[in-house]
Amino acid sequence: MDIKLQQVSYAYAKGTPFEKRALFDVDLTITSGTYKAIIGHTGSGKSTILQHFNALLKPTEGVVQIGDRRIEAGKKNKDLKAIRQKVGIVFQFPEHQLFEETVLKDIMFGPMNFGVSAEEAESRARDLVDLVGLPTEVLEKSPFDLSGGQMRRVAIAGVLAMQPEVIVLDEPTAGLDPRGQKEMMDMFYALHKEKGLTTILVTHSMEDAARYADEIAIMHEGRCVLTDTPRKLFSEEALLKEFRLELPRIVQFQHRLEKMIGHALPQVCLTEEELAKAVAHAIKESDRP
Amino acid sequence: MMEKMIFGRFIPGDSFIHRLDPRSKLLFVLGFIIIVFLANNTITYALLLAFTFLVILVSRIRLYFLVNGLKPVLILMIFTFLLHLFFTQEGNLLWEWRFINIYEEGLRQGIYISVRFLVLVFMTTVLTLTTSPISITDGLETLLDPFKKVKLPVHELALMMSIALRFIPTLMDETDKIMKAQMARGSDLSAGSLSQRLKAVVPLLVPLFVSAFKRAEDLATAMEVRGYRGGEGRTRYRQLKWDLEDTVALLSLVVLAGVLIYFRQ
Repeated sequence: MDIKLQQVSYAYAKGTPFEKRALFDVDLTITSGTYKAIIGHTGSGKSTILQHFNALLKPTEGVVQIGDRRIEAGKKNKDLKAIRQKVGIVFQFPEHQLFEETVLKDIMFGPMNFGVSAEEAESRARDLVDLVGLPTEVLEKSPFDLSGGQMRRVAIAGVLAMQPEVIVLDEPTAGLDPRGQKEMMDMFYALHKEKGLTTILVTHSMEDAARYADEIAIMHEGRCVLTDTPRKLFSEEALLKEFRLELPRIVQFQHRLEKMIGHALPQVCLTEEELAKAVAHAIKESDRP
Repeated sequence: MMEKMIFGRFIPGDSFIHRLDPRSKLLFVLGFIIIVFLANNTITYALLLAFTFLVILVSRIRLYFLVNGLKPVLILMIFTFLLHLFFTQEGNLLWEWRFINIYEEGLRQGIYISVRFLVLVFMTTVLTLTTSPISITDGLETLLDPFKKVKLPVHELALMMSIALRFIPTLMDETDKIMKAQMARGSDLSAGSLSQRLKAVVPLLVPLFVSAFKRAEDLATAMEVRGYRGGEGRTRYRQLKWDLEDTVALLSLVVLAGVLIYFRQ
């Protein structure tokens, strides 16, 4: 299911003295089956844009096309539930949305809202608890007895239980320890690869964007200013500076290394493994007479 | 939805009214509330209405914005108007249709009560729109100072009020966020029968309470860590200053009262 934003503008509190424009003429296409990262500085409109992906916000100008539904500015839209099922959103700090008595019931909440039977919802919950890396015992516990990281996993399972075709992640690893962060990002990547889940990652982390995304869109002051593959984007340091963005740490390291040895590698490497291989390769090349 | 509601909100500005001392504004509104009850005929009500619009004009708040933001309150006003219109049975019969009888006195009372309601709501809203919550509580604390002698916990009350006011926008944001998160999980607050809608509120209220309690605890700890120990000997960064303008504002109220007393029956 493709999501297409055409000339989308959005203003909060339109028509009051508090009116604040958050998006200006954004064009953005998310192709089915891809992994797209949206990066940008704080206040660049990332969080506003992601709420357009399942029609929680309706554009004040422009059109949002979600699958075969068209959400147009100024038109009444009924029955958005079908969209909400197809596009799952994991909000920032999703653990704040937990409310049920037990973890099991909380995970079942989403699917049952969309008319899934209780048995089916429960079986999904049991599978997902395992997938997000929690022991089965937590199912009967109150979500409020869990640690912050565990609550986060439960909340994510709750969104995945709806079996969406597209998943939108808003800073899913904020506040987790480094190991938890990596586990979580790897889990989403595995889901993306294995089930072909279209994934949209909204993040501050250049490292995550570099490692996982097929394509990156840069937001700056409410506009979508650039869309390209990570390798091309992170080759343009000057351009990124303009949008107050840094290079991923690994690319910074590569630049320092290149300066030190006085030899440029053929391309920008996006992960540690890639860089290690490139360096090994370069060494072999230089050893050859 | 909630962003349109302006009751109790503050819009920074630099009008004559914005610059007044919060104490004079509080006294002004209190005085006005009392004076409103002096009005008892058409001239006096018209004067009240004119005075209110004068104040709104001076405060440079757009009337359209005020009316739009107070819509829920205005609906209540229309309801009271209709109540008086249909249920007062005095004076000449003006209109009759089946079981509905409208009397002259009913119409008069309906209009008077609505005007009274309107000027009160407008005036108090102008107060909150032009005065930051912090200055309101500062003003209130200073005004209530004499009551400390009778062991009224003035400082604590003012602190409670400022904390409550401070957290209204935070809780509103929080509600909005949780509402959206649950809507994204397919919960629907605006459809279904009454019992279904009530049930849909639970996923909203539980997280909201949890976070409110957590916030309260964090705030208490943060205050304690920074050495807060009540109002005793506490000094202030913002000093309140009574100017000539404040006296003028209160005098205008005295003039209004005089005129109302002169014209009332």
